[in-house]
Amino acid sequence: MSTTTKEISIGDIGAKGADAAVNLDGDKMALNVGPSHPTTHGVLRLIMELNGDLIEKCEPVLGYLHRGDEKIAENMTYNQFVPYTDRLDYLAPLANNVAYALTVEKLTNIEIPPRCQAIRVLVCEMARVSSHLLGMGVFGMDAGAWTPFMYTFTEREKLYTLFEELTGARFTTSYTRIGGVARDIPEGWLGRVEKFVDQLPKAIGEVEKLLTRNRIFLDRTEGIGEITKEDALAYGLTGPNLRACGIDLDLRKDKPYSGYEQYDFDVPIGTRGDCYDRYLVRIEEVLQSIRIIKQVIKDFPTGAWYAEDAKKIFAPPKEKVLTSMEELIQNFMIVTEGPQIPAGEVYFEAENPKGALGFYIVSKGGGVPYRMKIRAPSFCNLSILEKLAPGHFLSDITVILGSLDFVMGECDR
Amino acid sequence: MIDEDFIKSLLEKHSYLLQRETVDWFTVECAPENLVSFVQSVRDNEGFELLVDLTAIDHDEGAECRFSTVIHLYSLIHRGYLRIHSICSDNDKPSMPSVSSIYPAANWHERETFDMFGIRFTDHPNLKRILMWDEYPYFPLRKDFPLAGIDTPLPADDVVEVTQASVEPAPMMGGPFVSSSAGPMSDSEPRAKDESWTEKKEKPL
Repeated sequence: MSTTTKEISIGDIGAKGADAAVNLDGDKMALNVGPSHPTTHGVLRLIMELNGDLIEKCEPVLGYLHRGDEKIAENMTYNQFVPYTDRLDYLAPLANNVAYALTVEKLTNIEIPPRCQAIRVLVCEMARVSSHLLGMGVFGMDAGAWTPFMYTFTEREKLYTLFEELTGARFTTSYTRIGGVARDIPEGWLGRVEKFVDQLPKAIGEVEKLLTRNRIFLDRTEGIGEITKEDALAYGLTGPNLRACGIDLDLRKDKPYSGYEQYDFDVPIGTRGDCYDRYLVRIEEVLQSIRIIKQVIKDFPTGAWYAEDAKKIFAPPKEKVLTSMEELIQNFMIVTEGPQIPAGEVYFEAENPKGALGFYIVSKGGGVPYRMKIRAPSFCNLSILEKLAPGHFLSDITVILGSLDFVMGECDR
Repeated sequence: MIDEDFIKSLLEKHSYLLQRETVDWFTVECAPENLVSFVQSVRDNEGFELLVDLTAIDHDEGAECRFSTVIHLYSLIHRGYLRIHSICSDNDKPSMPSVSSIYPAANWHERETFDMFGIRFTDHPNLKRILMWDEYPYFPLRKDFPLAGIDTPLPADDVVEVTQASVEPAPMMGGPFVSSSAGPMSDSEPRAKDESWTEKKEKPL
């Protein structure tokens, strides 16, 4: 197959963005931010109407990272879609993998063994720590503080080394399979995770010393981007952004999945719902995740790490495939025709670092979903921006965006 | 908890609802003409304060009712979900009343559903595309839309003038491997699928 390369020059998007806001009288100014701008953490575009420095109108424009994940999902078997879930919230791919696997498993009646559940809780919490570390570091940077980012990124790097050891990849982990995980944890890995979480609070302490009582940071975040409880619910906010508004909604507590009910942890709740509260909630969530990780490691279950009785869903171990006829056939069927999932519809949400990541799957039986909808927390969290931004100064928009901690890969799907 | 009593009382209060059997959450089917009043009532009286998801399903060409929408609500009081199915009556010009006046969260979800399925939400304050660009002529999540995409004019006139470029379908020959949910079981076997609509087949639509 031959490929051709065409060169396409893109016009001045900024000028076009300014054209988009029409009928402005002499006092007002149209300002286009993005789609590629450090503030927007990806490819989000904002068209704003300014009166001096005051934002009067803000229209988010999405879709620059739309890849048609839902269409793709309808055209491949369940396990084939796992790598695509990495690319939703690419700052916490492990949590996406787990949420997706749990959704599909809900349609079946297979029982996930305790060891597999523990592995999943462990990787979910590690993903949360990793995502919040980046979120907090970048938020500090958005507010003008460069140094905390260095601390959080160093810690995140250590986590990525652990992910690499577990999954073989640092970024796109593709770790879960329907009915289990890709492989068992490596020897001695739990000890290394424990060592990491033991030294993490010190680094968080450094970040807190740099930010939490920092006068400049407080001036830039306190009372900025306040969201009332009513607005937060009306606009469908979830995750730390919702909890910062004072609403106690954590799906790990409300609708425990994958054995979260066994672990003891607190759900931090904010009071004012401003940018500062969102930062504080994330800091505390990291510390609570450390608590969960320690409990998981303490009583790590032994036994199978995948559903052994799910013969039509989870592929058998490789050594058996190569030595036994039945397992060979089983493996062949699952690889070629996909895990056989019963017909029905299912909606499941997991408490991901960014909020509730939901999958709605309609199955007509067989190895391929008929329809899959991905409910992306970042998409819902961003929808409040139209209401939130007006009334703030232009300089506040960087802080507001940073505090909402969204990922465009998930928003645009 | 959403228990038997709650389900019974809700079905009694709203006699037009049909209950559907599912493996997970309490599911009802609500006719489009009752949707807004029903959603308003469950939000105000039953504590379903959070609209977590709104989407649609294309039941494929030839289905008696081709499009339906699905709403998922979450209640902080019951700590549970409620799923509402509504079937669009017209297959050619599907429409559904908008619930964005009750839940502002529905605004973007409805725009996305319109963008992907072409379902018009009546009384929506700003019904325009959200993920695709405004001038995009197709509805990509409809079942008759090919996976590779369709040749479409580029939305930037100045670029087109110089380059004569357009949005091209993705090359599908030689992979990626594609599985299909329709047809016999052996069809779901992943295989290379040529959907470029240029050489073997005519361009659809």
